[in-house]
Amino acid sequence: MNKKNNGGFKDVFRIIKLLRSFYPILLPLTVICIIFSAIVSSIPALFIQKIIEKIQVWQPTQDWASASKEIIPLVCILIILYILAFASILTHTQLMAYITHGFLAKMRKMMFSGMQKLPIKYFDTNKHGDIMSHYTNDLDTLRQLVSQALPALIQSFVIVVSVLSIMLYFSIWMTLVVLVGVCFMLIVSKTVGGGSAKYFIRQQKAMGKTEGFIQEMMNGQKVIKVFCHENECQQDFDKINNELYEDSYRAHAYANMLGPIIMNIGNILYVIMALVGGIFLLSNADNISLSGMAFSISIVVPFLNMTKQFTGNINNVSQQINAIVMAMAGAKRVFALIDQEPEADDGYVTLVNANILDDGTIVETSTHTGIWAWKHPHHDGTLTYTLLQGDVRLNEVDFGYNEEKQVLHNVSVYAKPGQKVAFVGATGAGKTTITNLINRFYDIADGKIRYDGININKIKKSDLRRSLGIVLQDTNLFTGTVMENIRYGNLNATDQQCINAAKLSGADDFITRLPEGYNTLLTNNGSNLSQGQRQLIAIARAAVADPPVMILDEATSSIDTRTEAIVQKGMDMLMEGRTVFVIAHRLSTVMNSDVIMVLDNGRIIERGTHNELIEQKGTYYQLYTGAFELE
Amino acid sequence: MFKRLIKCIKEYKLPTILTFVFIILEVAIEVFIPFITVEIIDNIEKSAPLNSVIKACVVLAVMACISLCCGGIAGFTSAKASGGFAKNLRKEVFSKIQTFSFSNIDKFSSSSLVTRLTTDIGNVQMAYMMLIRIAVRAPLMLICAIIMASIMGGKLALTFVVIVPLLAFGLLIIGNKAMPAFRSVFKKYDKLNESIEENVRGMRVVKGYSREEFENKKFDIASNEICKDFTRAERMVALNTPLMQICLYFNMIFVLIVGSMLIVQSGGEVVKIGHISAMLTYGMQILMQLMMLSMIYVILTMSAESIKRIDEVLVETPNIKEPDSPIFDIKNGSVEFKNVFFKYSDKAKKYALSNINLSIKSGETVGIIGGTGSSKSSLIQLISRLYDTTEGEVLVGGVNVKDYELNALRSSVAVVLQKNLLFSGTIKENLRWGNKDATDEELVEACKLACAHDFVMSFPDKYDTFIEQGGSNVSGGQKQRLCIARALLKKPKILILDDSTSAVDTKTDAMIRKSFKTYIPETTKIIIAQRVASVMDADKIIVMNNGEISAIGKHEELLKNSEIYREVYTQQIGGAINE
Repeated sequence: MNKKNNGGFKDVFRIIKLLRSFYPILLPLTVICIIFSAIVSSIPALFIQKIIEKIQVWQPTQDWASASKEIIPLVCILIILYILAFASILTHTQLMAYITHGFLAKMRKMMFSGMQKLPIKYFDTNKHGDIMSHYTNDLDTLRQLVSQALPALIQSFVIVVSVLSIMLYFSIWMTLVVLVGVCFMLIVSKTVGGGSAKYFIRQQKAMGKTEGFIQEMMNGQKVIKVFCHENECQQDFDKINNELYEDSYRAHAYANMLGPIIMNIGNILYVIMALVGGIFLLSNADNISLSGMAFSISIVVPFLNMTKQFTGNINNVSQQINAIVMAMAGAKRVFALIDQEPEADDGYVTLVNANILDDGTIVETSTHTGIWAWKHPHHDGTLTYTLLQGDVRLNEVDFGYNEEKQVLHNVSVYAKPGQKVAFVGATGAGKTTITNLINRFYDIADGKIRYDGININKIKKSDLRRSLGIVLQDTNLFTGTVMENIRYGNLNATDQQCINAAKLSGADDFITRLPEGYNTLLTNNGSNLSQGQRQLIAIARAAVADPPVMILDEATSSIDTRTEAIVQKGMDMLMEGRTVFVIAHRLSTVMNSDVIMVLDNGRIIERGTHNELIEQKGTYYQLYTGAFELE
Repeated sequence: MFKRLIKCIKEYKLPTILTFVFIILEVAIEVFIPFITVEIIDNIEKSAPLNSVIKACVVLAVMACISLCCGGIAGFTSAKASGGFAKNLRKEVFSKIQTFSFSNIDKFSSSSLVTRLTTDIGNVQMAYMMLIRIAVRAPLMLICAIIMASIMGGKLALTFVVIVPLLAFGLLIIGNKAMPAFRSVFKKYDKLNESIEENVRGMRVVKGYSREEFENKKFDIASNEICKDFTRAERMVALNTPLMQICLYFNMIFVLIVGSMLIVQSGGEVVKIGHISAMLTYGMQILMQLMMLSMIYVILTMSAESIKRIDEVLVETPNIKEPDSPIFDIKNGSVEFKNVFFKYSDKAKKYALSNINLSIKSGETVGIIGGTGSSKSSLIQLISRLYDTTEGEVLVGGVNVKDYELNALRSSVAVVLQKNLLFSGTIKENLRWGNKDATDEELVEACKLACAHDFVMSFPDKYDTFIEQGGSNVSGGQKQRLCIARALLKKPKILILDDSTSAVDTKTDAMIRKSFKTYIPETTKIIIAQRVASVMDADKIIVMNNGEISAIGKHEELLKNSEIYREVYTQQIGGAINE
């Protein structure tokens, strides 16, 4: 328990450190303002006491003219103090607003740019909803910590310390009594506050569960209708809803009760102090104090007021317990994301624009020539340039997503520039896995992959991926116009190039029929388009990138056969002159490939052209005649 | 708008009322506590006998205990009331959605329904809790404090004439300015989160095109803009504290100067010294309550958006209604369309289906073929009354579908939807959606019919295999066959497959059709398919084009008469050697 707490505090301290590094000047300034205002706002009490004393003195004389001469200067000092306090409060609240959101923006940026560097594995193994909650729920706990909890803690701490020293100045005995009471309050707030935090965390979990259930049901609402399953769903929902209610109301009940409990313990402490003070006064006990004053009314009365102030601040602190506990959990998760090991990239071979001289040598240029070359620095300091052609070879590759299960066994594939290589096989046979290895979303365990004769481990990942165009079955479009989505493939492409790419892939036809053509805004992953139309845009996006190697992973699966036939011509043109890896479950899509690989359980069991494989009468033949299921 | 929501409080009215009661008690005591503390100090200052100090102390201690109990109970009941209110509201909204027809569902996106059921109701819960705790407390305290202050302070109470309006107006202005700013920034913030989600989802594309830097830049621009807007809004709200302080300071100085003057001039007759500190305490209390009230104002307006969105669901009326005297018995599986026109919403200009006339005999196998957007799915959804026709009528078993009891109709007409779903749970549980009383033997039988039995038996847990959310751990073809089995368990008179074997291989597809023919010959089978092979041997094939029936007939007839059919056929089958 203790260890876990320390871990939590460590994360909070890290937040504070980050704050300091973001705002090396503003943060200390804010803290100083907070401290200053806390001190300044406790000083007036002394002046008020003095003024009241003066009034007591002058009251019997009824001579306001003379009294005012003594009172007004005091009030003036008070006004100056108030102006100072006001200025510092204004400054620190404004600064705090500024710092809070600046801090959040910086954290978001840190998380986001860190996230861009993470390997695909992270996204494959973490639920997207969980990743998202780092940006929403977890950051929100940090907002509360920075904007409310921390300033309140500093303020209360300053006040508590200053009040405590004044108390010690007056009387050590009575201070001890107060401290015992305060300890008791702290224990109570820890118990109640801890209970509240416990249920808040449980509430969050229950909320997640409810959200998951609701999501599933809302997505399946039509199926529910078809099966008249409404009542059963309602029953399941009621159960989950009740569980959520149990945790939720307990969490809030604890939180709500904390305030009254602490405040009234404060009142009782006040009573105890009054009694103790009274007894001390009557019994003429010896006082021990820093000031050396003896017990008197002038000690007991201010002491009582200070007790109130003290407990009021303890109450303030206890109100923040929830926020702090939640922030600890939130900070832990945020840092878990930030601290994720980024995708390693030791590649040093880069892709550059090139020119071929008359004698056949390749030289690097800075202008766009349409010819690309791999720039390969060697250990001895020499440089070689290799023309980018799209020759991809896998040599005896082994791979597994985790240690326990090997997915690919001894896979060798040779794709010469311009060839079309197809993979067929059941789900889980390893088709997509092979493409994941070529673009290094995952790294192979054993064997070698060479691109134009260069080991792909030596190629800088971004350059390697630039030379590969990928169209996936699950199309992801981004919020923006159709044009912007196509241009995603090549940021420097002109409008005309984008349109040409769309024409090539067969997307132009439907795009021009959209209400605003290429300027139609796509939102929510292009939800206003059909899956087939989305795939066409994705193909256009790959086309505009104009890569020498393309990977089409079930890229046309959602286009109906009639449309596919129309698109086919464009697709053929798109594939011309490129090395293409095709994965498709429709055999008609792969029939005309230069070589077809039949995969089974991570092994290539047959390879050859369509006709060769049909003649072999092996698995491919069975697939083709429908004796096997492809999914 | 609020009325419909308030109805959902139901059994949590009691804790709500108890909250009010205990808070009133707490306030009553809290108002008197300063009196007692003043007395204690007075007694000590006057060096009164310890007895009277003890007496006052006991009173205070008892009051503190009562106040503690009241506050604690009110805290508990308010949490219970608001939590319960949220629970009921969530239940109400969820069950309302259950009554929705397909066209109601189309109106709301599923993600917006999720937000309404979670975030929005969460907001209402918090608002309600604040409301019942503070809405009574703050005005009550305010009134008490003002009354006490006027009684005690006399002319000194004039200070409140200045600071109360000053603070009230100040808070109102800040609130009114900050709220729209917050609202707009929250919307932007939601958008930012959506774009993060988009990025996470599309990470393969981002990395595939090496667009990490591009995404970073895009994100930074959006994030920085939001940061600016947020800061601006927050800074406005941050003015609350200094405003409050300046009012407090004004109160202090006014009370000190005027108070001391009055005291000295009157020799302590009109105003007493003790009144000064009391006035300061009350001033503090009054300002605090104003702050609380402004907080309620902000919370209520902020949650108004949520309330509106929840209410949108509650107010939606399901537009498919049960007939007054429903027919429960469906005679047979014949289907007839008479001059049917259909569009998805009244506003739509174009009909999804027009001029459909069609007659299907009980027990027939009917294939439907046509390109995407030819309204094949719309056609069959009218049969089980998932939508109502706009014009014309659909008859099942010779009776208009609108005259049947809905459950009876839908149990007899089983539709396997194109967008198929299995739910998280075991295979058995999923299958029993079709018929919750089905025996294990019946499940096996249905699975055998749908050619699903063999692969189910190949799983380690067989029929107890757990299906993950969305059926992600079975293949597409397996999922489709389980969905067919699920529909078969209804023992329907009409079975409709909406492109339900697209991921199943052709051989299994043929086997499924064969087993339908052999084992459920009386059932009318309507099959929508992309593959010609799936419909070729049907008794009747309907070719759809642009929401109209382009041709009806047997395979051979259509080859002769229908150009569309011929085109599809030659493309799919003509080229292949071995079909």
